[in-house]
Amino acid sequence: MSSRIPLPYAPRVLELFQNPKNLGRMEDATIVASAGSPACGDMIAFYLKINDNDTITKSSFESYGCASNIAAASQLTIMIENKTLEEAWNFTWNDVSEALGGLPSVKTHCGSLAVGALRRAIRQYYKEVAKTSPEWLPGVLTKDEKHALEEEALAEKLGKKYKLI
Amino acid sequence: MSEIEKLLDQHGKAITEVYLDWENGSKIEREVLDAMIPFYLDRKFGNPAITHRFGWETYDFYIGAKKTIAKPLNINPQSLAITQSFTESNNLAIQGIVRANKKKKKIILSEVEHLSVIHAAKSLYDIGVEVEVIPVSNDGVVNTDILQEKLDDETLLTSIQTVNHEIGTIQPVKEAFEIVKDKNEDIIFHTDATSAFGRLPLDYSKLEVDLATISSDRILGPKGIAGLYVKEGIKIRPLYEGQLSVEILSPDVENSPLLAGFAKAVELQFEKFDEINAETSRLRDKLLYGFQTTIPRTDINGPQGNNRVSDNVNISFLGCEGEALTVESSMNGIYASSGSACTSRVLMPSHILTAIGRKPEEAHGSLLMKLTRLNTEEEIEYVLETMPKVIERIRSITGGISL
Repeated sequence: MSSRIPLPYAPRVLELFQNPKNLGRMEDATIVASAGSPACGDMIAFYLKINDNDTITKSSFESYGCASNIAAASQLTIMIENKTLEEAWNFTWNDVSEALGGLPSVKTHCGSLAVGALRRAIRQYYKEVAKTSPEWLPGVLTKDEKHALEEEALAEKLGKKYKLI
Repeated sequence: MSEIEKLLDQHGKAITEVYLDWENGSKIEREVLDAMIPFYLDRKFGNPAITHRFGWETYDFYIGAKKTIAKPLNINPQSLAITQSFTESNNLAIQGIVRANKKKKKIILSEVEHLSVIHAAKSLYDIGVEVEVIPVSNDGVVNTDILQEKLDDETLLTSIQTVNHEIGTIQPVKEAFEIVKDKNEDIIFHTDATSAFGRLPLDYSKLEVDLATISSDRILGPKGIAGLYVKEGIKIRPLYEGQLSVEILSPDVENSPLLAGFAKAVELQFEKFDEINAETSRLRDKLLYGFQTTIPRTDINGPQGNNRVSDNVNISFLGCEGEALTVESSMNGIYASSGSACTSRVLMPSHILTAIGRKPEEAHGSLLMKLTRLNTEEEIEYVLETMPKVIERIRSITGGISL
């Protein structure tokens, strides 16, 4: 490659950055989970309101991150509305990226991070609130969850290397 | 409509626009362009090394223009190599010296040099060059005690910038130079003066550095042309080979229109040197202290007062991620850059901000603005009026995420 494409966001990213849907803390959330690390400048918190049928009736997010990070989190909250936890679980970063009109390659981790945070919230819900483990929930971490973990671990490693944390 | 056109359409254009990202891209003035046009269209475009009228005319012009550029540095115009960018100048200074002086293998540079210095030096690892990096204080000042400790008989070259490009620190170049030369006269001293040229008085007949980098675009001259001062007697080799013409260290056909623009920009910047720098430093302080008083949780990056160069504003807004900040600022017509990881496409924030001990969340929320002779009071007032809203919105997205 003799040149590098910079960061041409799809218009949808900018649209959601300008007018994020479902932004903000939810006081009566059933479960809250976050992913990412301030060291890499990327953190997402997900708030889910879940009813007795394991359906997400409401979700919201907060983001300390770039425009794609904000857009990815917002897009995911739109996608999971009124979905069962199983349906929500099955969204991948690829689905998020596609819905955003494609994320630049260096920003795909933003999609991953959003999905990672959501799945973390779902796992936490079954562990702490429902105290059950549905069949469809994988026992081992999925790719997007691992990605979020890897990013957190990398941030910590780099942070230590540069004596930042 | 292409995707990028749709993006721009979605972005819209603010009624008032203030461009402050001079660090990353600059324009020229009509006067500079006017000085360049005849060299594109009419005359003096010939090759100055060829023996005919067009060649001689260009040669005559070329020598005069170099004299104009060399004057504020108080150097012999023939000691000024014309290159195509400060990146080339810095690479030439580092690699060209190593290629011409093969006995010694150690280079010392500061932790906060421009990446064109750091990467140029580190690219020489594979030919056995050792690179020592000198740390800086919390204000970004190079630690000269450690410089002294690191100097030894193996040291070939020391490279210390005159002014830091990101946080505006004016470096103790004179002191560093004296330490180096006290240790050994033969150690070559390079200074990247890209961010100092036109801001600080630089007289290389008094401070006898061996090599100094300057650039046209940093004083609102055209891009694609820069300079490297090489003191007489310094052994250096070009980075690449070609047909020799007037320029020995950057062989190609000399670009007279760009040189004319560079020379015009030098005239414009140095004619009103004191006036321009008094005005930019006034606007700088207005921005820095204005942000501090109207926006909570801010932190100035780099020194304050006389140790800060006149054009540099760098401030961290805590609880804001910098890339989001530059996008939101852009939508409000304010163009600046950030040391955030996201804008640099790597996970770590700016190496300058981490070198001065900024925590990641401080570095990620940094905003760099520069001032030139084209910026006005009204623009700065608009920025001060608008930024609190920008910061507030980004902080509302961060919400309660604890950093």
